[in-house]
Amino acid sequence: AIPLDFDISSPLTYGTPSSRVEGTPRSGVRGTPVRQRPDLGSARKARQVDLHSDGLAEDIVATEQSLGQKLVIWGTDVNVASCKEKFQRFLQRFIDPLDKEDEDIGLDLNEPRYMQRLQEINMVGEPFLNVNCDHLRSFDENLYRQLICYPQEVIPTFDMAANEIFFDRYPDSILEHQIQVRPYNALKTRNMRNLNPEDIDQLITISGMVIRSSQLIPEMQEAFFRCQVCAFTTRVEIDRGRIAEPSVCKNCNTTHSMALIHNRSMFSDKQMIKLQESPEDMPAGQTPHTVALFAHNDLVDKVQPGDRVNVTGIYRAVPIRVNPRVSSVKSVYKTHIDVIHYRKTDSKRLHGVDEETEQKRFTEERVEMLKELSKKADIYERLSLALAPSIYEHEDIKKGILLQLFGGSRKDFTHTGRGNFRAEINILLCGDPGTSKSQLLQYVYNLVPRGQYTSGKGSSAVGLTAYVMKDPETRQLVLQTGALVLSDNGICCIDEFDKMNESTRSVLHEVMEQQTLSIAKAGIICQLNARTSILAAANPIESQWNPKKTTIENIQLPHTLLSRFDLIFLMLDPRDEAYDRRLARHLVSLYYQSEEKMEEEYMDMAVLRDYIAYARSYVNPRLGEEASQALIEAYVDMRKMGSGRGMVSAYPRQLESLIRLAEAHAKVRFSQRVDTIDVEEAKRLHREALKQSATDPRTGIVDISILTTGMSATARKRKEELAQALRKLIQSKGKAPSLKYQQLLDDLRAQSDTAVTKEMFEEALRALADEDFLTVTGKTVRLL
Amino acid sequence: MPCVGDWLNSPLSIVQGIFAQNVPNSDWEKKVTEYFKEKLKENNATNWVPSLNDVPVHYLKPNSLVKFRCMVQDMFDPEFYMGVYETVDPNTNARVLHFGKYRDMPECGPQQEIDLNSSLTVTSERQTFYCVPVPGESAWCHAYVSASQARVSPSTSYTPSRHKRSYEEDEDMDLHPSKQKEQHMGKSCCSGGDIHGCVEPKRLETEASAGHHVISPNCSPPLDLNFPLPGEKGPACLVKVYESWESFKVNDVLEVFGVLSVDPVLSIVNSEERDSSALDPMECMDTAEEQRVHSPPASLVPRIHVILAQKLQHINPLLPACLKEEESKTCEFVSNFMSELSPVRAELLGFLTHALLGDSLAAEYLILHLISTVYARRDVLPLGKFAVNLSGCPRSSAFTEHLYRLLQQLVPASFHLRMSIESMNHSRLIPRKDYTANRLVSGLLQLASNTSLLIDETQLEQGQLDTAGVHNVTALGNLITWQKVDYDFSYHRMEFPCNINVLITSEGRSLLPSDCQVHLQPHIIPPNMEEYMSSLLTAVLPSMLNKFRIYLSLLRLLDYSISDEVTKAVEEDFVEMRKNDPESVTADDLHKMLLVARFLSLSAGQTTLSRERWLRAKQLEALRKARLQQQKCVNGNEL
Repeated sequence: AIPLDFDISSPLTYGTPSSRVEGTPRSGVRGTPVRQRPDLGSARKARQVDLHSDGLAEDIVATEQSLGQKLVIWGTDVNVASCKEKFQRFLQRFIDPLDKEDEDIGLDLNEPRYMQRLQEINMVGEPFLNVNCDHLRSFDENLYRQLICYPQEVIPTFDMAANEIFFDRYPDSILEHQIQVRPYNALKTRNMRNLNPEDIDQLITISGMVIRSSQLIPEMQEAFFRCQVCAFTTRVEIDRGRIAEPSVCKNCNTTHSMALIHNRSMFSDKQMIKLQESPEDMPAGQTPHTVALFAHNDLVDKVQPGDRVNVTGIYRAVPIRVNPRVSSVKSVYKTHIDVIHYRKTDSKRLHGVDEETEQKRFTEERVEMLKELSKKADIYERLSLALAPSIYEHEDIKKGILLQLFGGSRKDFTHTGRGNFRAEINILLCGDPGTSKSQLLQYVYNLVPRGQYTSGKGSSAVGLTAYVMKDPETRQLVLQTGALVLSDNGICCIDEFDKMNESTRSVLHEVMEQQTLSIAKAGIICQLNARTSILAAANPIESQWNPKKTTIENIQLPHTLLSRFDLIFLMLDPRDEAYDRRLARHLVSLYYQSEEKMEEEYMDMAVLRDYIAYARSYVNPRLGEEASQALIEAYVDMRKMGSGRGMVSAYPRQLESLIRLAEAHAKVRFSQRVDTIDVEEAKRLHREALKQSATDPRTGIVDISILTTGMSATARKRKEELAQALRKLIQSKGKAPSLKYQQLLDDLRAQSDTAVTKEMFEEALRALADEDFLTVTGKTVRLL
Repeated sequence: MPCVGDWLNSPLSIVQGIFAQNVPNSDWEKKVTEYFKEKLKENNATNWVPSLNDVPVHYLKPNSLVKFRCMVQDMFDPEFYMGVYETVDPNTNARVLHFGKYRDMPECGPQQEIDLNSSLTVTSERQTFYCVPVPGESAWCHAYVSASQARVSPSTSYTPSRHKRSYEEDEDMDLHPSKQKEQHMGKSCCSGGDIHGCVEPKRLETEASAGHHVISPNCSPPLDLNFPLPGEKGPACLVKVYESWESFKVNDVLEVFGVLSVDPVLSIVNSEERDSSALDPMECMDTAEEQRVHSPPASLVPRIHVILAQKLQHINPLLPACLKEEESKTCEFVSNFMSELSPVRAELLGFLTHALLGDSLAAEYLILHLISTVYARRDVLPLGKFAVNLSGCPRSSAFTEHLYRLLQQLVPASFHLRMSIESMNHSRLIPRKDYTANRLVSGLLQLASNTSLLIDETQLEQGQLDTAGVHNVTALGNLITWQKVDYDFSYHRMEFPCNINVLITSEGRSLLPSDCQVHLQPHIIPPNMEEYMSSLLTAVLPSMLNKFRIYLSLLRLLDYSISDEVTKAVEEDFVEMRKNDPESVTADDLHKMLLVARFLSLSAGQTTLSRERWLRAKQLEALRKARLQQQKCVNGNEL
C-alpha cells in the first residue's frame, strides 16, 4: 500500500492529532479534503487512547500487511481490512425490497439501496451517508456487533470504505469534504433510563425530547501560532481541550515569542443540547431524566427545543477535574452523547404518516395476541366493557366512545376538490350533573396517547387554538399551540362544554368539520392540522335535565355546533329497580375489593390501548358493495321518515356520520372491509343517540331538525297554534273580505294569553298565506 | 459496645475493612449493607444515629453515619462514578485499590495519582435525589423524635460539650440562642401546652435560620432550597442512592441511613468551575444556574450517601415505623391500642365537638375525614378520598386559624392554605420544571401522602383571577376530585397521583368541589376565640393527645371488607330508597354513604361493615342532608 493510504487506513489516527500533517487541509482522494470528525474523537482520548496505544496502533497497522488478517486494533477485535471489505460488500449488495422508509423517495428498492444513496450524494453534494443499523445487522451480524461496541474505530473504517467506493465510481466528483458515514437506528435503541455504565463508548440510539440547546460554541481544533520575531508559523493541535503553546520558536530559538493568531486557527462548531426522556417512556411517579448531547459541525442547530428526536451517538463518560489546573479528579464522571445522527420523530407527523416508532412498538407476539382477540365474536362488547369499568352501565355511550377511539377511515378527496373528509367522530354527552361524565372524559384522556383535557370554563379561544408568543431568548415570534392542535390525531376532551364562551366555541366550528385551524395574528398566517376527535360533556342549563325540553333548550348550545357531533348522548339517571340493584352491588364491591382483584376482572387498560393503537395504524377499512347499499337504504329511510310530516329528517352529514361509525366498527373487528353488520350497528347506535337527544318532548317523535336547524319543537308548535288562533279570529270576524293589519294584531294580542310579538304575528300570517287562506298587501289583510 | 463509635463515627473505615477483605469479588457491597442492617437492628440502635432533621449540619461530624427523614422532592440524573479505582504513587510506583462508593471525592494521597486507565477500574451508577424534610411536618412530630433520642444521641466528637447541652432539657442555654429556641419549642409542644409558645418561637426560628442562610459562605444570592411550603426550615439534602432507586418515587417519604458528606471541596468545585469554564469543553456543559442547583455548597445542602433506605408508610413517630410486618412487637402495640379504642374515640369526638363550637355532627365527619386515605384507584377514580367542605364557618373570629392549630396538634403533617384572590394569583401551587436550572421547582401542592390540607375560603373576596389564578384553582379542583396534580413540564404536563386530605372551610358552599359538605351549626359563640381554643388544648392531657395522634394514624392503615350478607342488605336498602325518592338518592349518594360507612366502621376499629354501622352511616348522611336542606331554605341559595 502506498503511504497515503496507510495514513487514512489507520482508524485510530484518523482525525486524531498524529494523523494531521503540517500544512493542512491536506488533500484526500483526488481533491476532496478529509474532515475531522469531532463526534468520534476528541473528548475520549483520556480514557483509552494514550500515547502508548497510539504507537501500538501504528505498529499494528504497519505490520498488518505482513501478518495478514490476524491483527486487530488495540483493545478491540476489529480488523481494519476485513471490516472495510465487509462494509464495502454491504454497501454494494444490500437490498431489502420490503423495508420501506419514508426517506426512500425515488429509490428503487430492488437495487442496492446504498449505492443509490451514493449516487444521490454525487448529485446533491451532501457528503453524508446515513446507514440504518438494522440493515447492517441483517446483512452481517458480526460487523454490526463491532459497530455497536467499537464505534470509534469502526465508523472511520466505514468512512474509508464508503469513500473508496464513491471515488471509484465518481472519480470527478468534488465534495466539500470526504463522505462521513452516519449510522442510525442502532438496535440497541434504549430508553434513557436504561443507560448504564456498560454503554460507555458504545453506539446507542435513544429517543427523547430536546429541552434546551446552547448557543454555538466555536471549538478550536488547531491553533495557529506565529513567532513575533521571525514570523515563523506553526500549528498546534488541541489535545483534550488544551493548547500546548510552543515556548520556543523552532526557527529562531527565541523563547516565548509565539503568539496565537486567532483568525488563522481552525475552529469547529459545537453545541450542547439537553435531551429529556419522552413522557411516554417514563415510569409513573418519577421525574424525567436528562442527558447532555454534543452536536458538532453541521449537526449544530439541527434541532430546536421541543423537538422529539431519536439520537444515535456514542455515549461518553469523562472524569470531572476538581480544578482544571490540577490533575486530581472527582470520583464522578460527566456523561454525554456525541451525536452522530438525529432523526426527528415528530416531523413526520406533518406528512400525515403515522410515526414509525409507534408502529414498531408492537412485538410479534403482541400482534398475534391482538389478532387473536379480534377474532372473538364478542370483541365489540368485550372492548366496550373494558372501557372505564368503574363507570356503571351506559353501554351505548361506551360503545359510541369506543368507536370514537377507533375513528373512521381517512379519505382523501383533494383531487376532486373536496379536500379531506373528516374521519374523526365527535361525541357530545349531556346530562345531569354527577352522572360520571367527567369521569368518562378523564378515562378517555388517560387512555389515548395524544389526548388533551380541558374544561370549557377555564379555556379561552387561544388556549384551544394557538397563540403567538415572543420567545424571551431569541426574540423570535413563535407559535404556541393549544389543546386542539396538540391533540391532533388524538382526542380532545372538553368538559363543561356549555360554559365555554361564544368566541371560544366559534373556533370549534372549523375544527369539527374541516379539521384544520386557521390562524392569522401578529404576522403569522397559517393553517394547522387539528384532526382531533372531540369528546365534550355539557350540563343542562337548569342544572337538572328538563325532560320537557329539547336538547337544544336544555343545554343552550347553537345548533350549528350540535349538528357537527356525530353522536349526542344523554346521560340520565335511569329509574329502574333492577338497575339500582346492580349498581348498588357494583359500588359496594368498589369499597372493599383490593386493587389486584379488580384488575383481574377486566381487560387490561394496556391491552385496550394497544388494540386501539394497532387498529388505528394498520386497519383502514373500505366500504363493501353490500354495505354501500345498506347505507344508501338507511339514508333514504331516514329521509323518508321525516318527509311524511313535511320536514327534512336527515342531511348528508348524517350519512357521513353513519359511514364513519360503520368504518370504526369494522376497525374494531380488524376488518379491511365494511360489511352489513357494521352498517347495522352504526344505524342502531345512531338511532339510539338520536332517540335520546332529538326526541321532541311534546310529540315523542325523533326529530333530527331539532339538532340541525335548531328550530325547537315548541317554537314550531307555538307558531302553528298562533296561526290557528289567528285563523279562528279571522273566521269569527265573519265575512269581512279585508282587515287592517294593526287592528288584527291588537285583537290577537288581546285574545292570546301569551305575549305576541310582531314577528310572531307576521310569521303566522305568512303561514296562513301559504295555506292560501289570505294574502297580505301592505297594511291590509285580504281573505281569499 | 466498643464498636459503636466505629460504625457511627467512621462508617467508611468499616466499609474499607469489608472492602479490603473481599476485594476481588464484588459482593463486598452486599456485605456492607448487611453489616449495617444488623447493626441497626440492635436494640434502639436507630435512636443512636444522629438525625439530620434535628441536629444542625455543623454539629455533625463529616463522614459519620446519620439518618434523615425526608420527602423526595426531585430526582436528578443518574451519575456514573468510579466504583473501584487504583491510585499510583509516581515515585514508588506503588498501586493501591480504593472504593468510590459512599463518597464524593476519591481518596488520593498528596503524592498519589489516580490511574484512570487502570484495568481494575469499575464504573458504577448511582442516583441522586433532592430531598427536603417532610413538608408541613407538625412541630410535635419533630419534637417527639428529638426528645426520644436526645439523651442517647452520641456526642459527635468534636463539640461534645456543646452538643450535650443542646439536648439537655434544663441546663443553661446562654451560648446558642437559636438552639435555645428550638429547645423551648420542643418542650412546649411536647407537653401539648401553650400554643403561643409553640408558634412564636417557630416563626423566630425560621427568621433566624433564614438569616443564617443569607450570611452563609460563598453563596452570594441566597440559594432557593426549593421547599414546597413557604417558611419551611431544616436542611435540604442531596441523597445519593446506590440500590433499587427505581422503587422510589417523587413525593415518597423516606428514612435514610447513610454517610454524611460535607466536604468543602464540593463547594470549591463550583466556584472554580464557574471561573475557568471557558476552555475546558467539559465544563461548559451546564449552565451556571444548573450547577448551582445540582451542586450547591455542601454547608447548605449536605450530601448523604445512603447505605440503607426505607419508604415510610406514615411519619407519625408514636407508631412503629412499619405496621405491615408480622412482628410481635407491632402486633402487640396494635392490639393494645385497639382494646382502648372506644374511650379514645369518645374523647376525640368530645374534643373536636368543642373545637367545632359544639357541633357534634361536624365533629363526627371531621373524624371520618381525618382517617380517610386513598386506598386504591379504579382506572382514574381514586377510592377512599373524603374531602369535606365545612360550610357556615364564622368569618370574623379567625375560627379557621385556630381550628388549624388544633388540627396541627393531631396530624403529623398539615398545611393551611388561605385562599384569596391575591394568593391564588400569585402563589405557585403546581410544581414546574425549570429547564435552565434543570430541576423541578416545587409548589404548594407537592405534598407527601396523607398530609392534611386545610383550605380556608372564608377570607376570599370578590375579584378577578388572572391566568395563573385560574390554573391554581383548577389544580385545587383536580387535586380534590382526582387526587392528582399535573406538574408543569412546559412542553407537556405530567400527572402525579397524590393522597392529600383536603378540608375546606367556607361560609357558603365552597367554589371547590368536595365529597361531602357539612354545614356547621355552632352552639356556642365564644367571645374570645383564641382563649377558648387554647384552653381547649390545655385541657387535654398530653398522654391523651398522643393517643389521639396514634388513633388517627393507625386507623388509616387498617384493612376493610364488606361481607356478602351486608352487601345484599345495602343493595336492598338502596333499591328501597330509590323507590321512595328517586330524585334525591343517586349513585353519588350511595358512593358517599358507602364511604361514610367505611370510615365509620374503621373509626370504631371494625374492619368489616356491620348492619348497625350501615344504618348509622345512613342516619349521619340524613342528618347532614337535612341540615343542608334547611340551610338552603334559609338562604334561598342553590346547593
